[in-house]
Amino acid sequence: MSELNLTSAPAHLRHGSNIGQPLTRRDGILKVTGQASYAADNHPPGMLFAVMAVSSIARGRVVSLDVAAAKRHPGVIDVMTPDHKPELAIDPDLKTNPFVFRMEVLQSNDIRYANQAIAVVIAETLEAATEGAAQLAPRYEVQPALVGLDAGESFVPPVVGVGNPTESHRGDVEAGLAAADKQIDATYETPPQYHNAMEPHAIVARWEGDKLFLDTPSQAMVMARARVAELFGLAPEKIHIRSPFLGGGFGSKGFLTGPQILGVMAAKLVGRPVKLVLRREQMYGPVGHRAPTRQRLRLGADGEGRLTALDHHARTVSSTFDDFYEPAADASHTLYAAPAIRTSHDAVRVNTGTPLFMRAPGEATGSIALESAIDEMAWACGMDPLAFRLKNYAEVEPMTGRPFSSKALRACYEQGAARFGWAKRPLQPRQMRDDAGLLVGWGMGTATFPALMFQAEARAAIRRDGSGVMEIGAHDMGQGAWTALAQIAADSVGLDIDRLDFRSGTSDLPDAGIAGGSAHTATAGAAIHSAGAAVIGKLADLATSDERSPLFGAGNAGVIARDGRLIRRDDESRSESYAEILARAGVAEVEARGTGAPNPAAMEQYAMHAHGAVFAEVKVDPELGQVRLTRMIGAFAAGRIVNPRMVQSQLFGGMIWGMSFALHEAAITDRRSGRIMNANLGEYHIPVNADVPPLDVITVEEHDPHVNALGIKGVGEIGITGSAGAVANAVWHATGVRVRDFPIRIEELLT
Amino acid sequence: MNHSISLTVNGARRDFVLDDPRVTLLDLLRERLHLTGTKKGCDRGQCGACTILVDGKRINSCLALAISHDGADILTIEGLARGDQLHPVQAAFIAHDGFQCGFCTPGQIMSAIGMIREGQAGNDPERVRECMSGNLCRCGAYVGIVDAVLEAQGQMDETNQRRSA
Amino acid sequence: MKPFDYVRPATVTEAVAAAAQPGAVYLAAGTNLLDLMKGGISRPDRLVDVTRLDGLDQIETLADGSLRIGALVRNADLAHDAEFARSYPAVAEALLSGASAQLRNAATVGGNLLQRTRCAYFYDTASRCNKQAPGSGCDARDGDNRSHAVLGWSESCIATHPSDFCVPLVALDAIVEIEGRGGRREVALDELHRLPGDAPERESVLEPGDLIVAVRLPPAARGFAAHARYLKVRERTSYAFAVVSAAAALRIENGRIAQARLALGGVAAKPWRARAAEDVLKGVAPTADAFQEAARRALESAKPSGDNAFKIELARRIVVRALTLAAAGTPVRIPALPASPFASTSGAVHV
Repeated sequence: MSELNLTSAPAHLRHGSNIGQPLTRRDGILKVTGQASYAADNHPPGMLFAVMAVSSIARGRVVSLDVAAAKRHPGVIDVMTPDHKPELAIDPDLKTNPFVFRMEVLQSNDIRYANQAIAVVIAETLEAATEGAAQLAPRYEVQPALVGLDAGESFVPPVVGVGNPTESHRGDVEAGLAAADKQIDATYETPPQYHNAMEPHAIVARWEGDKLFLDTPSQAMVMARARVAELFGLAPEKIHIRSPFLGGGFGSKGFLTGPQILGVMAAKLVGRPVKLVLRREQMYGPVGHRAPTRQRLRLGADGEGRLTALDHHARTVSSTFDDFYEPAADASHTLYAAPAIRTSHDAVRVNTGTPLFMRAPGEATGSIALESAIDEMAWACGMDPLAFRLKNYAEVEPMTGRPFSSKALRACYEQGAARFGWAKRPLQPRQMRDDAGLLVGWGMGTATFPALMFQAEARAAIRRDGSGVMEIGAHDMGQGAWTALAQIAADSVGLDIDRLDFRSGTSDLPDAGIAGGSAHTATAGAAIHSAGAAVIGKLADLATSDERSPLFGAGNAGVIARDGRLIRRDDESRSESYAEILARAGVAEVEARGTGAPNPAAMEQYAMHAHGAVFAEVKVDPELGQVRLTRMIGAFAAGRIVNPRMVQSQLFGGMIWGMSFALHEAAITDRRSGRIMNANLGEYHIPVNADVPPLDVITVEEHDPHVNALGIKGVGEIGITGSAGAVANAVWHATGVRVRDFPIRIEELLT
Repeated sequence: MNHSISLTVNGARRDFVLDDPRVTLLDLLRERLHLTGTKKGCDRGQCGACTILVDGKRINSCLALAISHDGADILTIEGLARGDQLHPVQAAFIAHDGFQCGFCTPGQIMSAIGMIREGQAGNDPERVRECMSGNLCRCGAYVGIVDAVLEAQGQMDETNQRRSA
Repeated sequence: MKPFDYVRPATVTEAVAAAAQPGAVYLAAGTNLLDLMKGGISRPDRLVDVTRLDGLDQIETLADGSLRIGALVRNADLAHDAEFARSYPAVAEALLSGASAQLRNAATVGGNLLQRTRCAYFYDTASRCNKQAPGSGCDARDGDNRSHAVLGWSESCIATHPSDFCVPLVALDAIVEIEGRGGRREVALDELHRLPGDAPERESVLEPGDLIVAVRLPPAARGFAAHARYLKVRERTSYAFAVVSAAAALRIENGRIAQARLALGGVAAKPWRARAAEDVLKGVAPTADAFQEAARRALESAKPSGDNAFKIELARRIVVRALTLAAAGTPVRIPALPASPFASTSGAVHV
């Protein structure tokens, strides 16, 4: 890959610091000209094409493959099977740490789920490899597939999500329910959903002796490198991963997946570079998904509309061979001030690829159920849904009693409601129509997502010419890391962004951690901030200890960095440029490293969450049942906003995911075969342009001194929470029909 | 059996021998001509990431056999900018943040140019939304896409009016 | 996909000869064929490329007032032909409600008629499907079948025909011109597609080598231009197949329906002409009661083939709506959202 030529175009105007500026994407020109290179765009010399053959059964084993037929196909070089493959250094089913998930890489003939890889055909052309895979004509020994939320005996998993307790409670829920004037006992179902990033998972793998070069999309390159290292018995330094751009991730590219490892194995087997790209239908299995849930919510409220109890139980599924449990019920921990709250989970095992993290895992599924139930209770109490939420506003985190590090939710409610015109909403459903006679409904939901931090490192340098360098192996999957992190970096070293060389997107750079959990900007940003501060500190040492500098004697804390100069804090007339300082010191550059990490003391003391309020308007054809979202406004408080343009885009995206959750998305599994019957983009519906009305986002100002040094909470996932419930509640308000099985289908509305 | 075909790709005539009639225009562009700006999102005509202009019209290149398009005039995302001068649609996509991950973007932009040439949408945002619905965007950049298309179309109209004046 | 011979005949006669061989199929745009080939559902040995055949891409008005549409006319070109859209507005609206702009720019008139079902079990090569392997069984019958047929289905097959275009065409008595080994012949579009019966693998009356060369709308079809609509219920606002659709066309004289045409889409293995419903509308005033009765008649023989009883009620309602919209008059311009229930939304909300 040639050096990326990143620029902010059109040229930006500067007003003070870089942070907070709505810069256009620095990778914008590359992306609109087709020059941004994604993994599958690479063609090293001598490259071959690898295509997976996948299982059409969900459980059983492969009895035979017609490898000879595949090999007869002109252009086919080799067929990798469980009997013919490079050996791995460790068993890929070995859980070497909690962030290792099991993968299928031709270690046996056993089939755990439909679409599992059963062979890889390697050929001179894509056409030959594809047809070679079709020639394998697998025969199977089939066992009955385990399908659905009632597939077998349920069990209580040891943890849900990432180490969350399976059950949590505070107060006496049963007593609270018994004492309630009003009760809601409702069960909601959410379907399996698939990330379906527009870019299918892809890898171009090239071995050079014991060195390995990989082009593959990753939301966590250093973790991916460690996984490759352990599987192939390599030192991590021997592996170089390039992932400058991801064509969307949403969690599905957080962990290296089986198909990516198969690409590396294939390259090893044939001794030539290999490209392996998943076909769209093959993404419904080995690359994670959002597990289905069935959630029962029991709510009690007193005569004033105050919650007396909140009981949230979620049934979910995991695969037959690994453990990930969608922590759906945990959504009830933080939002509403019930004196008694209990959340619990159980699960069954089904023949599916292991469900994994998908944009707001747990929060999204839990939120649509919780927000629906809250809406049902508000109606039962005869209260406006916003008034009911305000009545039950949590001043401290209900489950833990901890104060919030910051919480501007009240302002979100106020500003969102005002812009939406919520005050005009009739309490009763089915009261509004438009000119054409369509039913109109207004619904709302509360959004929340934890403000997380992971671990990251960065390296900063100031060069002789006064320009800066910031290095961090960060990941841009569309959220705008190339831009937002560069803005933080530029401020951290007191330079305009055009004077900073921001290097990112490869695994040889300092570890930026995971681009997930809405924590990348905060975590990588904190590392950048600390590296920048450290390098400025070194520069300041050079200047303030040098008698020839106008800054001599100012002391380390006595200077500030701005516009490529160190300036004496107490006398701004005394300053010196970085270039002058380095020239006099005779140093080519100064460098320093920094880290970003959570602050355990603050986490102990405070509940840290972003919040928001989403208001939606839908129209429903009264006879035909077709639904369309016509307005949606979200007001979000998520701490400091680094780049308002990109934050708005991310929140729009999340809101569209919320609408999609309520109205569109579902994988349909055949209950007999366990195969997904709509494993495509034609019938697995994600919203098209015409589904999306003009959206509106308000970012509510919020200063959080506790979450991290920069006060950033993250916006990647919160948009989907609240929004899904708002749309579902709007459908109820339009029609008077409460649908509890998502997505809402036309047949439910044919009253 | 080999087939000789010729295509005009981004203004340049390309003659070559196609050794396999199964090759689609998309795979020809990406894997043989290494014009990788055009993306493969689904390979089944269900996402629009592979949209290119063939003889001036936008189509899904994944569902077009190269051999059947012998003689065609093809425009891809790589053929839009004149040096550093972006096409108005490209510039508008940046200005309106009409993308996030960027993977669907070449298809969106080619589709937008095709749509503007079709002249059916006018400046009605609802018609633009409908006419751009063949291009999925999982990041959800539709709001910016519609704004970008409307702005670029307006600019192109003005330019055309100036030229004809 | 399987390797295939590629031939590009110079004449229709050559094409017919080339395609009459076992394993041969016609290639026009390929928007459906390539999808099927990539999925392994169709594995032809020979593609007969008809895209260069002369004279099949014309739209012409014949002396008797018929309109003849060449089989290679692209869906978009037809829909955007101003004269065509004025004369046959429901057909144009149906075309524009199908697929995406990109697909409509490529897909041809002939190809649209012959597109295959979207039944997921037909597309899933590991499922039992009597279309794919006659006699093997139908996994849709007890599978996920909420979108399947409610009219004209059999125990062998419950698939539906996915075309929007065909629905108003069949309502307007379109005729299909076919060139075959025995020369040219024509069949009514209503006769082109077969109901599954016990041979669902035979989807049309076409014989090996038969090439659709044109679709003709008879002179009477123009008479409905003032009152013709197509309406399509979908699970997305655009770029989705119909759950159920309907084409309604009326000739109204002196406040009464002189003649009615009605067809349904997404309900059967063919575009479903509802003649019994048309009959009850003849000579009556265009009232809600009349339309209700027409809807009742149209679905009289409907029965669920699975979890799809709702489609029968939905079909009744869409019939009433389509007739109501048609009676109200064809809009001057095709709506921004063609065939959508949201087509006429003004934006004003009455709180």
